[in-house]
Amino acid sequence: MITNFEVNETNKMIDQENLDVRTITLGISLFDCMDSDLDRLNKKIYEKITTTAKDLVKTGKEIEAMYSIPIVNKRISVTPIGTIGASACKTPEDYVTIAETLDRAALTTGVNFIGGYSAIVSKGMTQNEKNLIRSIPKALSKTERVCSSINVGSTKCGINMDAVKLMGEIIKETAEESKNQDCLGCAKLVVFCNAPDDNPFMAGAFHGISEADAVINVGVSGPGVVKTALEEVRGKDFEVLCETIKKTAFKITRVGQLVAKEASKRLQIPFGIIDLSLAPTPAVGDSVAGILQEIGLEYAGAPGTTAALALLNDQVKKGGVMASSYVGGLSGAFIPVSEDQGMIDSVNAGALTLEKLEAMTCVCSVGLDMIAIPGDTTPATISGIIADEMAIGMVNQKTTAVRLIPVIGKGVGETVEFGGLLGYAPIMSVNSADCSAFVNRGGRIPAPIHSFKN
Amino acid sequence: MNKTIITVIGKDNVGIIAKICTYLANNHINILDINQTIVQDYFNMMMIVDLEQSAKAFQDCANELSQIGDEIGVTIRCQREEIFNMMHRI
Repeated sequence: MITNFEVNETNKMIDQENLDVRTITLGISLFDCMDSDLDRLNKKIYEKITTTAKDLVKTGKEIEAMYSIPIVNKRISVTPIGTIGASACKTPEDYVTIAETLDRAALTTGVNFIGGYSAIVSKGMTQNEKNLIRSIPKALSKTERVCSSINVGSTKCGINMDAVKLMGEIIKETAEESKNQDCLGCAKLVVFCNAPDDNPFMAGAFHGISEADAVINVGVSGPGVVKTALEEVRGKDFEVLCETIKKTAFKITRVGQLVAKEASKRLQIPFGIIDLSLAPTPAVGDSVAGILQEIGLEYAGAPGTTAALALLNDQVKKGGVMASSYVGGLSGAFIPVSEDQGMIDSVNAGALTLEKLEAMTCVCSVGLDMIAIPGDTTPATISGIIADEMAIGMVNQKTTAVRLIPVIGKGVGETVEFGGLLGYAPIMSVNSADCSAFVNRGGRIPAPIHSFKN
Repeated sequence: MNKTIITVIGKDNVGIIAKICTYLANNHINILDINQTIVQDYFNMMMIVDLEQSAKAFQDCANELSQIGDEIGVTIRCQREEIFNMMHRI
């Protein structure tokens, strides 16, 4: 029988430590919508999404009520639109109509974000994919709920530097297009290396081409729960520290597994994966930086941060893997700046720089995330930052990503407000030494050698 | 068996258990286990109940019990047992 202690522990996690299921994301394949006629394509996409996802939000709310566990987001990811629109879209403007259709479908189904306005161009770009990428600034400023991601590199293919160069320009244009909303468009745009097919987290979620017709992926969270557990073992050695993280991650992930299985049963859609990520929010106590501080650092960014993050990330996986039948997605600690109060404090205290964040991304997912940079940063510099981050992913056989927000009209020391889950961010300083001759070379960086590991 | 955990937390008062148990009996909800303590005037109870014989749906019971809680000044929460089994049992 369940004991009073166990019930109280669970409910304390929910009530006081922000334990929640961060997202139920329904992945939907749009392959059967492909058509050479743009109007027909848009109609089919809208119908497929609104039919498949019609009960998603309702079911999510029912599960929340059954277990008293908040399910913060219900979302949809679709097959990369770069591929789906290949036959019908002749221009970037044609692709924008699909973005608008996705936005309408998201509104109808009640989800807060829909991901998959994406292209996988790790080795090369087709004309269609170029058109999709060029349509991103307009697509993201004209829609509210659409998220876009572009995969520009992989361990198997290397890095497509033409795409990296283009994305530097596109990020800047997206910022310009949405400058009246504090450049919010860029918060919905991610550049990836080794993007997973089954990521439930926005803005990088898309329904990969290896996936079935529809699938339920769940992202768990709970930095606050880990932090509270670590408060109990303050001053103890690394063995105790690691065991505590592992046990806590196990419990958090079990909740995700339960919700995923229940959602799958009720919606009659197969369960895909649990994404074992510690995803912070701007709420007090829901911070990954807070965990790093509890491990023993004055601020995230202090010497020791990369090691602390490496062990945190590894223990979360070790605890989580046993708790779930299928693990996938990004699975790691997220270190966004704007969405984590502890990270914001670290930046404001001068303890955390872009370069330290880059080092941290070597040992955790997902990359340089939600970082506001000065509005006068050049497209070439943005491309240079992307190239560095992609190289980390390519060489280390892991997913990395870049979600930068050049804040037009603002500079270092100022802040930018996004609101809600996206929080606010201090604008960080960027190394302005020129890298344009590197970025402008064109072509691609070859895939790295993965033999000769001895 | 359709096991649900009911937790009741709030300032201690006369008749909390009576109110809740009357509701459960009227709705054919069988009590399998009760565990109750008072810490610094705060009433803390956990019940394991079986909804198998009840004609009401889980959500209706949860809402009605929550209303009873509001009337008597305590927080009553119903959760399906699975969440605790998943978290605390391998």
